[in-house]
Amino acid sequence: MLFHKYASPKVFYALAGQLIPWFAVATLILLGYGLYQGLFVAPPDYQQGESVRIMFIHVPAAWMSMFVYMVMASAGAIGLIWNMRLADMAATASAPIGASFTLLALVTGSLWGKPMWGTWWAWDARLTSELLLFFLYLGFMALQAAIDEPRRAARAGALLALVGMVNIPVIHFSVQWWNTLHQPASVSSINKIGTPAIHPSMLAPLLIMAVAFTVFFATVLLMRMRAEILHRERHTGWVAELVKP
Amino acid sequence: MNWSEFFAMGGYALNVWGSYGMAALVLAFNVLAACRRVKSVRRELEETTRLNQAESE
Amino acid sequence: MATSLVGTVWCVFRRDLLLAVRKPADVATPLVFFAIVVSLFPLGVGPEPAVLRTLAPGVLWVAALLATMLSLSRLFAADYADGTLEQLALSPQPLTALVLAKVLAHWVTTGLPLLLLSPLLAIQLYLPVEAFGSLLLALLLGTPVLSLIGSIGAGLTLGLRGGGVLLSLLVLPLYTPILIFGAGAVTASATGLDPEAYLSLLGAFLAVALGFAPWATAAALRISLD
Repeated sequence: MLFHKYASPKVFYALAGQLIPWFAVATLILLGYGLYQGLFVAPPDYQQGESVRIMFIHVPAAWMSMFVYMVMASAGAIGLIWNMRLADMAATASAPIGASFTLLALVTGSLWGKPMWGTWWAWDARLTSELLLFFLYLGFMALQAAIDEPRRAARAGALLALVGMVNIPVIHFSVQWWNTLHQPASVSSINKIGTPAIHPSMLAPLLIMAVAFTVFFATVLLMRMRAEILHRERHTGWVAELVKP
Repeated sequence: MNWSEFFAMGGYALNVWGSYGMAALVLAFNVLAACRRVKSVRRELEETTRLNQAESE
Repeated sequence: MATSLVGTVWCVFRRDLLLAVRKPADVATPLVFFAIVVSLFPLGVGPEPAVLRTLAPGVLWVAALLATMLSLSRLFAADYADGTLEQLALSPQPLTALVLAKVLAHWVTTGLPLLLLSPLLAIQLYLPVEAFGSLLLALLLGTPVLSLIGSIGAGLTLGLRGGGVLLSLLVLPLYTPILIFGAGAVTASATGLDPEAYLSLLGAFLAVALGFAPWATAAALRISLD
């Protein structure tokens, strides 16, 4: 299969090294354009005014928090099933990035909600789900940190991530149910925050920022993986060659 | 382009710039943490190579 | 000696029950913890019946959850320490079935006593009498799921330092759906609504957990034992 070549850490290291500069430049361009669209071109919202611009950070961050978890769990599964060390490294490296996006989603969600709720936090469905996702990330990182032996750490983390992935839809559904249950009839505006009418001029910055964050994630992931490859392969000849002054 | 209006963000300055600032922090943190990891691995490798060389002399 | 699958499963189940009976403290401690945690809430929020009545379903469920979680570490710890667990993993019988046996024994010695004690504690929190049936049924359906999901965490954290707290961090987010629907069932009954939907969902969780969790736990054990 074509990809077997890239499963070699040495080959991947070289490939990643070539890709990183391109991805980094792409990230900067996309971020710049996204910020321009979000801060200057998109009009203020009829109800929420200028605070709607927070959506261009919050929603892509929330999407990333989910996407990175999927990547983490998939990479873990590949590592578990096919014993690919590179996949294990990808899973471990993804976790802190995903956790930071989740935290970003939580903070921006709170800042976005303050004008609507009057409080810095509200237990609405989306934020509560994000909070639980944050705990899932932390659990993954804590488990891997607690296991010294790299093989066991990778496989245990992968299993945990897969169990988590299966549970995420269940958790999401449960939290939605719970939220509609406890909502007094008068205060339905809380959940409107997540769904302002998506005008086309709003869609563009949203999507651009989402792509920007994704390319950013790829850049940082490749950087981290290169570091892990050097560490894991430190006893091999090709690494010794690299490090020679 | 009225800059003072832009920075005021219709009274939501704290919320909007707080969010964008937090985003900047998160992105910067990720990059710096990755760089730090690369540096520390390289340093560790160079140390080991140096020690091995010293040993074999 | 039994060599059939059913025979072996029964053997493991009976053994774990016997071991628990010989160490009554292991069974009693989570129960006492359950009672203590429930008592903390009136001390914390005041003895006002109206307030406690509203909190009762949630408090009972959170306390049951925490008590179950504390008891999880003993699911595999003793067998891991004396090598029995490795023997179980090496046996010709599928590890999944043996795990199911252990988890069921764990539930009989943890979840079932919690369920039996819960009405007493519910009285302390002024839970309306109409809700007692739902409380018992919800706990009956929910506590096995807590043991089943918890066993996955116990399998993953076998022999690790900081095991108990780490286990809690891993397992609590996964417990939230059971908490939501379990407490929801009791609240519904307490306010005169129909708890059927909640109880059906809990039943569905139980069915899925019975099928999925022992297999995941067996995988976790193999990862930890290798």
